[in-house]
Amino acid sequence: MIITQQKGIDEIYNMIKPYSKILIAGCDGCCQPPRSINEAKTLGQLLELKAKTEGKELTWKATTVLRQCDDRIAATSLRPLIQEYDAVVSLACGLGVVMLNKVFEDTLTFPAQESMCGGVQNIGENYFIEYCEECGDCILAQTGGVCPRAGCAKHLSNGPCGGMVDGMCEVGDYTHPCAWVDIWKRLKKFDRLDLFKKYRPPRDWRTSNSPAFITIYKDYTNVEEKEEEAKS
Amino acid sequence: MSNRPAYSNLMKKIKEGHFVFTGELEPKKILDMEEIIHSAKEMKKTKRIVSANVTDGPQGDAYMCSLVPSYLVQRDAEIEAVWQVTVRDRNRVALFGDVLGAAQLGIKNILTLTGDHTALGDHKKGRAVYDIDSTQFCQMLAIMIDEGTDLEGNELKGGKIEMNYGCVANPNSDPREPEILKVGRKVENGVDFIQTQTSFDIEQAKEFLKELEQFNVPVLLGVFPLKSYGIAWYFDNYIPGVSVPKDLLKALKKAEKDNKGDKKGKYAAIDKINIEFFEPFIKEIQKSTKAAGIHCMAVEYERLFEPLLSDFPQYVE
Ligand code: SF4
Repeated sequence: MIITQQKGIDEIYNMIKPYSKILIAGCDGCCQPPRSINEAKTLGQLLELKAKTEGKELTWKATTVLRQCDDRIAATSLRPLIQEYDAVVSLACGLGVVMLNKVFEDTLTFPAQESMCGGVQNIGENYFIEYCEECGDCILAQTGGVCPRAGCAKHLSNGPCGGMVDGMCEVGDYTHPCAWVDIWKRLKKFDRLDLFKKYRPPRDWRTSNSPAFITIYKDYTNVEEKEEEAKS
Repeated sequence: MSNRPAYSNLMKKIKEGHFVFTGELEPKKILDMEEIIHSAKEMKKTKRIVSANVTDGPQGDAYMCSLVPSYLVQRDAEIEAVWQVTVRDRNRVALFGDVLGAAQLGIKNILTLTGDHTALGDHKKGRAVYDIDSTQFCQMLAIMIDEGTDLEGNELKGGKIEMNYGCVANPNSDPREPEILKVGRKVENGVDFIQTQTSFDIEQAKEFLKELEQFNVPVLLGVFPLKSYGIAWYFDNYIPGVSVPKDLLKALKKAEKDNKGDKKGKYAAIDKINIEFFEPFIKEIQKSTKAAGIHCMAVEYERLFEPLLSDFPQYVE
């Protein structure tokens, strides 16, 4: 799931201020909390109210898309509607916003959300934790399935750091568990502290730096080999 | 212990078998170095403090860099520096460059640290770097010192750098096991010495030192003399995992109250409390553990050095 957090109504309103007819597009894909038709309608009402307080008329329509980041689905769902509107406000994560701008080149799509992270809902309402940062260099096999890149505030490969207190992390005022303590607990449980003790050398950030240009079917080791060849 | 030669006075004195002391200097948001140099000179005078650690943005605050003051205390106070370097603010390229620069300035000791996150400091919006972690930084140093190359195997022109480096360990960490295992990875990456976070609990300190014995690396146990009740209170409340004994807190509070308006009397009372607590503490560590020495974090509390250390032999030229 992609965890998103809605921007403030003033900020969204300022984006669409120059326009009088807007399409508000929810997304039924992986956004959490849900950003679907109901949320789109609520946002439309809030924007209309806001416009009224400024003495303006705002025409809007709420709709939703199965997955905004899928170009074909986005195109078929919104093409019949989009011509009638000056601009689109998307409730999807950044992927959806970028995709709508790509698919509908003649219409500007604005983001209503902050895209926070790839995560899953944890215990309790309103508490999400990042589980994967799509680093392109997965080390979950060494860490008992707990990710120290997404879960550790310092992205350490050889933690924990000195900021761990009673198993909690210094970042967030000791309210979040230290990823490296979780890793240790997990590996200890399976009698795999050999994995914990292992030293992990400096990470190759090329796999996660932006912008990422990826050819999925290319073996990364080829890149290394070619470099080696070039060197020799 | 690593077979690396002792390049620094700190390592030489440890290898000669002395029970060593290191001090701590904290360059903050300063424009002049007077106080730091004064403090360093006082350390030098004791002939018992062999090197002075120079901190690198503790608590994630934006302070003067640690390299320049490390150089200046060596030049102006003639005491060797332990240059503290966190991996929080610099990537591997910058760290490598700084280490080469430090070698040029005659720096002989590096203390490698992860560094408190920027989220804790006074520039919370800043991006924390952590390109490599402190264990990986140890690997980088091992390669620069022992093999004379950078992390990618490119040779350093002119040979190898001559430095010793250490890491930190936290006796207060709970759970303890992952901390010990982490230290093990750093030892595997060639650290010459370990300096620990402060401990006020003698039994805990002894236990921790015992556990570190397996690594066969010299350990300097951290102690933190408390210059005022305010500092003690801050330490107790804001330094991760450290708690100051309640009696010590109470005694400091009382000393300040009883001597209101009398600065001399207050200083004397506070110093007495510290000496009565730390002198037997240090002696006990020296007597009953294999610790190589004490890292005394009496930052800006130089008047305590002489009375606190007077019973220990002078071994620094
Ligand atoms: S306390 Fe744990 S999770 Fe937090 S930064 Fe340190 S190692 Fe990472």
